[in-house]
Amino acid sequence: MKTAITFAAGCVLASGALADTPVLTVYAADYIASEWGPGPKIEEMFEETCGCDLQFSPGDLMPRLLLEGGRTEADVVMGLNSDVTKKARESGLFAPHGVDLSPLTLPVAWEDDIFLPYDYSATAFIYDTTRLPNPPESFEALLEADDDISIVIQDPRSSISGLATVLWVEKVFGDRAQEAWGKLAPKILTSTKTWSESYGLFTDGEADMVMSYVASPAYHIIAEGDRTKKAAIFPEGHYFMVQLAAKIASTDQPELADDFMQFVLSEPFQTMIATGDWSFPAALPQEKWPEGFKELQIPETVLFYSEDEAADLRDKAIEAWRAALSQ
Amino acid sequence: MTIWQGRGPAVVAGLAVAGLTLGPVAAVLWRAEGLGAPGPADWLAVRFTLMQALLSAGLSVLLAIPVARALARRRFRGRGALVALMGAPFILPVIVAVLGLLSVFGRSGVLNDGLGLLGLPSVKIYGLQGVLVAHVFYNLPLAVRLLLQAWLAIPSERFRLAASLGLTPMAMFRTLEWPMLLRIVPGAFAVIFVICLSSFAVALALGGGPRATTVELAIYQAVRFDFDLGRAALLSVIQLVLALCAGLVALKLGTGAGFGAGLDRAQQRWDGSAVLDAAWLALAALFLMLPLGMVVLKGLPGLALLGAGTWQAAGNSIAVALASTVLCIGWALPLATRRGEMIGILGIALSPLVLGTGLFLIVRPFVNPLSVALPVTVLVNALVSLPFALRILRPEAEAVRHDYARLSQALGLTPLAWLRLVLLPRLRRPLGFAAGLTAALSMGDLGVIALFADPDRATLPLQVYRLMGAYRMEAASGAALLLLVLSFGAFWIFDRGGRVNVDA
Amino acid sequence: MLTLEALRYQTGDFSIGADFTLPQGRRVAIVGPSGAGKSTLLDLVAGFLAPVSGRVLWQGQDITAAPPNKRPVAMLFQENNLFPHLDLLRNLGLALRPDGGRLRQAERDAIETALARVGLDGMSGRKPGALSGGQQSRAALARVLLQARPVIALDEPFAALGPALKSEMLALVRDVAQELGALVLLVSHDPGDALGFAQETVLVAEGAAQPPMDTQHLFADPPDALRAYLGR
Repeated sequence: MKTAITFAAGCVLASGALADTPVLTVYAADYIASEWGPGPKIEEMFEETCGCDLQFSPGDLMPRLLLEGGRTEADVVMGLNSDVTKKARESGLFAPHGVDLSPLTLPVAWEDDIFLPYDYSATAFIYDTTRLPNPPESFEALLEADDDISIVIQDPRSSISGLATVLWVEKVFGDRAQEAWGKLAPKILTSTKTWSESYGLFTDGEADMVMSYVASPAYHIIAEGDRTKKAAIFPEGHYFMVQLAAKIASTDQPELADDFMQFVLSEPFQTMIATGDWSFPAALPQEKWPEGFKELQIPETVLFYSEDEAADLRDKAIEAWRAALSQ
Repeated sequence: MTIWQGRGPAVVAGLAVAGLTLGPVAAVLWRAEGLGAPGPADWLAVRFTLMQALLSAGLSVLLAIPVARALARRRFRGRGALVALMGAPFILPVIVAVLGLLSVFGRSGVLNDGLGLLGLPSVKIYGLQGVLVAHVFYNLPLAVRLLLQAWLAIPSERFRLAASLGLTPMAMFRTLEWPMLLRIVPGAFAVIFVICLSSFAVALALGGGPRATTVELAIYQAVRFDFDLGRAALLSVIQLVLALCAGLVALKLGTGAGFGAGLDRAQQRWDGSAVLDAAWLALAALFLMLPLGMVVLKGLPGLALLGAGTWQAAGNSIAVALASTVLCIGWALPLATRRGEMIGILGIALSPLVLGTGLFLIVRPFVNPLSVALPVTVLVNALVSLPFALRILRPEAEAVRHDYARLSQALGLTPLAWLRLVLLPRLRRPLGFAAGLTAALSMGDLGVIALFADPDRATLPLQVYRLMGAYRMEAASGAALLLLVLSFGAFWIFDRGGRVNVDA
Repeated sequence: MLTLEALRYQTGDFSIGADFTLPQGRRVAIVGPSGAGKSTLLDLVAGFLAPVSGRVLWQGQDITAAPPNKRPVAMLFQENNLFPHLDLLRNLGLALRPDGGRLRQAERDAIETALARVGLDGMSGRKPGALSGGQQSRAALARVLLQARPVIALDEPFAALGPALKSEMLALVRDVAQELGALVLLVSHDPGDALGFAQETVLVAEGAAQPPMDTQHLFADPPDALRAYLGR
């Protein structure tokens, strides 16, 4: 009964707010909108200046947008990844962001007028220094390492970081990709459906290394004061992963949406996003990064496929992984 | 003999199930403009899915036989608790169960630590064996409960007769227990087979990766990455057909007559080795309780880290579970017939992702899907629980109809009076078990939340995933423990409620 | 007057036919070998089975298609005559209020009277499990009294009782039937029941129910089918 009353009151308040202030609907991946993601802070910061009500709508991003097509209620979206933007671009659902890209501090050149980066990271194997004091110093060394090292990765068919992993191997080893996977195979305990399961296995002590992001140790440093989790940095380079925002062409709040796109690259947003999303800010010089992030080892080489290349190579890269690990 | 019951409710309930399963498939198909073509990898996935589901269901039921028999014929302290426990692991969210299992069977789990101390080589869980261990962990309790009910329904006079004739254990098994098993096992096997058909995250994590690719993963890939709805629809139709075949075979082979008897009493028996029975019970208890114990141990420190949001989510989950339970039981009662059970199996046969996508397509033109997130979750949880509720209720409901339909008909009882005065009171025990299972399932089930996530009213399982996604593994363990406690609590209360103060 | 007019029932290999009339207020036994269709005949009269052809008439009115509770028949089954989870008051109350609604005072009084009539005074609060087998039969009979239908169909309801108790029950049935002026149809496999209770007997054998005959004559000079059944 009490919940019913609260619920009804919430509806009344919400519709009251609706009548007065415009609503900006942001479709976002679930981890962004959750109370532990950057969502609540984004909402608070943007609402301070926009005179609007920012409402997150969490869930499966692309399937939902494609299902809804032109009738979507979204005004902007957050949480797209460059490896799957080809399909998104082809849908014609998005409008140019109109944001000046010169402040970008990405390690790769970025000139996309539709998809706007707000933070980035790169694939990396994370290890625990107490369990693995001498991690392999290169990808080659990892392939040749003792098979006692146990690694968990994500399935490239169900996880975006899993897909980045196979593209990474493809980029580093090219035609030798399947052979490389073959050498990794005895060390790989398992491939999980999502990143969360892998990382859980790693923190539980089941695996020595987990496929994650270069910036992952920042969480442990800043939130837990734990400096034993480190990314193994390889001279061959690390695969670039970028988080993108975009404006929906059919938005009924075009000005608000434009404001939001500008906001995404603003300094307050960029300062907040590092610890909000545990990634590197897309437009913030290194000296302005939060303390824990400055401690991180940053790969010197960043590898990247354009969305067209990624789309073309995807099936081949997944097949190399599948064939080698199905033996 | 005509069945005394209005046809109307059964038809409505059956159409609702069919509509809610076939409707979403049709919606997806319509949106996809036709079925897609499966690739060679898809057929490999179908093969692996079939194999693991057959083995998982077979093993679960096979192992349940000695355990259920031991529970049926032994009396000991804690027997009631063990019977109650035979409902618990079944309801854990995937990710929690996997972590619990790995802390026992994993590379650095309790088992391998023990083997290491003894100087023995370690065992490797990842692979088909891992998939089977996980699926047996999930389904053994259900199988034991279903078999135990049937075992206790064998009239004790028969065992007395067998004892006075001095039948050997083998002869006793052949004359009394084997015929019962022939009737019950097909149904139990079919339900578990169908659950395992749509396994995905568990199979992948413990199967060691791409070797353990299931149809459900292929569906997920088709929807999430390729947006190939035609292929997703085709694969889900394949899955549906496999499930329906299993259901048909089971219904053909098994007649689930007469459970009836109470679970509280052990049968008085004069046969069997007490040592062997004790060994089976100890093994089963250990197998189920060790991983659960690890979940509890790991969750305790995390409980302190839970914020208001998680407690609120727990409240939402309880509300959803209760609503799903009421809906599911109301749905199951008119369907508690042979044909109804066949229709009901559709509920777990359909891929959750296709179900969610289809419902999204159906609901979208009328309302904002976010605003109906919780009602949709309630509906889907009830739908998914329906096959379990029917498996539990149907034999007893048939017995009640067999025993009292003529009398009720002769008296001209109104349908409402039949329901209120005869059916519900007579079904109290199985209703309690079915309601407990539904409540626990609904508490733990993530269902179709991916497309229907309400930012302000999350459920507890979603909260566990969100915590993990934000690196907060310890808090996630705490939330998982809370989920376990709530699920088991709900199960226990309903199951218990069905068993106390029951007359004859 | 109950008329079975060219009645035929068939399922699989089994079939039974009947074509005769039974007068009001008589006590009729239905005897015959096991499996011949005695209970089937009763079910056809009570409306639990539908005939393949022919009609059932009561006082000249066709009741072939009427559901059991719309027929002039009160029936006692071999078992499950009472709901075990309801006390006698509610069990008997269902005869008066099939919707399970609250009983009015007059209805309660009627139930108490009926229970007293069968020797169960003051037991309306008991559940069947707290009664002996004989008492359960009496309670069921009290309900027949309440139903007050002109035909009472008994499908071996006292088979599990001892001989003394059984004849006591049959005497009670006779009294109740006399009070109601009802036609009694008693299915029994015990020739003694027929001789002691029924004025007329219907022999069911070889796929047909014979027209009723005087019980004493029938048993004094049994036809072949009955002779075989009696083992003489």
